[in-house]
Amino acid sequence: MDNFLLFVVALLAGVVLVVGGMLIALLISPRSLNFQKGEPYECGLPTHGTSWMQFRVGYYLYAILFLMFDVVTIFLFPWSTVVRELGVTGFVSVLFFIGIMSLGLAYAWKKGVLKWT
Amino acid sequence: MNYKQPLELTGLIANLDAFFREHLSPFWASVVEGLLILLVIVALYAVLALILIYVERKITGFFQSRLGPNRVGKYGSIQSIADMIKILIKEIIHIKRADLFLYYVAPFFVIGSSLMAFGAIPFGKGLQAVDFKMGVLYLIAVSSIGVLGVLLAGWSSNNKYSMLGAMRSGAQTISYELSAAFSLMTVVVLAGTMQLSEIVEGQRYVWNIFNGHIPALIAFLIYLTSGHAETNRGPFDLPEAEGELTAGYHTEYSGIQFGFYYLAEYLNMFIVAAIATTVFLGGWMPIQVHGWDTFNQVMWYIPSYVWFFGKTALLIFLSLWVRWSFPRLRIDILLNLEWKVLLPINLFNIVMMVVIVLAGWTLTDLFPKLFGLA
Repeated sequence: MDNFLLFVVALLAGVVLVVGGMLIALLISPRSLNFQKGEPYECGLPTHGTSWMQFRVGYYLYAILFLMFDVVTIFLFPWSTVVRELGVTGFVSVLFFIGIMSLGLAYAWKKGVLKWT
Repeated sequence: MNYKQPLELTGLIANLDAFFREHLSPFWASVVEGLLILLVIVALYAVLALILIYVERKITGFFQSRLGPNRVGKYGSIQSIADMIKILIKEIIHIKRADLFLYYVAPFFVIGSSLMAFGAIPFGKGLQAVDFKMGVLYLIAVSSIGVLGVLLAGWSSNNKYSMLGAMRSGAQTISYELSAAFSLMTVVVLAGTMQLSEIVEGQRYVWNIFNGHIPALIAFLIYLTSGHAETNRGPFDLPEAEGELTAGYHTEYSGIQFGFYYLAEYLNMFIVAAIATTVFLGGWMPIQVHGWDTFNQVMWYIPSYVWFFGKTALLIFLSLWVRWSFPRLRIDILLNLEWKVLLPINLFNIVMMVVIVLAGWTLTDLFPKLFGLA
């Protein structure tokens, strides 16, 4: 069978597993009405305000850095399969690429992005 | 040398395929085969999760000088089945203040991503459902969808602990994904292909971890570390640090919905071990020594799936060992380890691997006679 069809099969397997589990649980699990159950569980204390609020910026900085390096992986993966064919020429040009990216990491490091205060 | 492999399943699969093609039209044959594959994947997924949960609890018990589960069945062997039934008959609670749509969608992402990765693992000779040409990239892409589910779960629950857990998990998973990707790239440089079946085939004479010696060994260790961190376990289990965050991102989930996260966590552990086996430890290839024909034949008698699950079990045991040996890290130490230690090492490691490949210093290039390649 075609690989893309099989990929769809694997995707469907996930949907089937979740939907099937939910259906079985809905069929055999008990249900009782209790107003208290719907409250968020924060160790028994009444919830204060919403949790959809501004969050620490440090997490987002890591996400931005991650984005940069993730794009690097996408560029490097095709090259990594043909290292032998491209030889030294390809290696030197990729070395420049990796060097620039390392400079980016060094810059972020120097700027204190990686510091958790 | 062609060795006999009497216990392989390739013959059975070919016969089934021929049987369906003979009795059904091509379209319906494909449909039936697709359904069969779907069934096998789901069943294997569930069964593996049950076995892993039992094994983990038992081994954890021994690590902590206690017996672990020992009431249900002989040596507690059907404990996880009892747990599964119990989790199924628990009520699914409707949270009042949550974003209900995202709340119910989140488990699909988590389970879906781990099942898509699961389908691409070569369990044995011919036992691989999805075999893309860019298999390694596919695995990385697919397994990074999981973190989306975790973030959605934490955000939609409208619970502060869930939110904290999800944010920690997000930062940690995406950071360590980089290391995992770069260390897999190191092996792709060595193997020269991204297709998983070809990577396994290329390790017929010598495994990648030996063939690439120093850089491959470093990449292997980094992959194990970052894979372990990606599954949110062991010393890296900040997202669900039970002492501070109750249960992290799945605090608000009950019954089977919690079960999905539990299932995905265990299966992700398996998937990480399986990828490490496939890429570094020869996948389903047996141990081979050039010249020892009798030994090689005996090794080939052991079916490929036994080799695969044996190696994977070894790595899973290692991960459990790590989990119970180290205390939990703090988030800044955790992120520093990735960004200031593993990532620079990894970038250097790739360059080193390229030099070794281009200069012809791999083991197969240096000693082709040793492996019967000359």
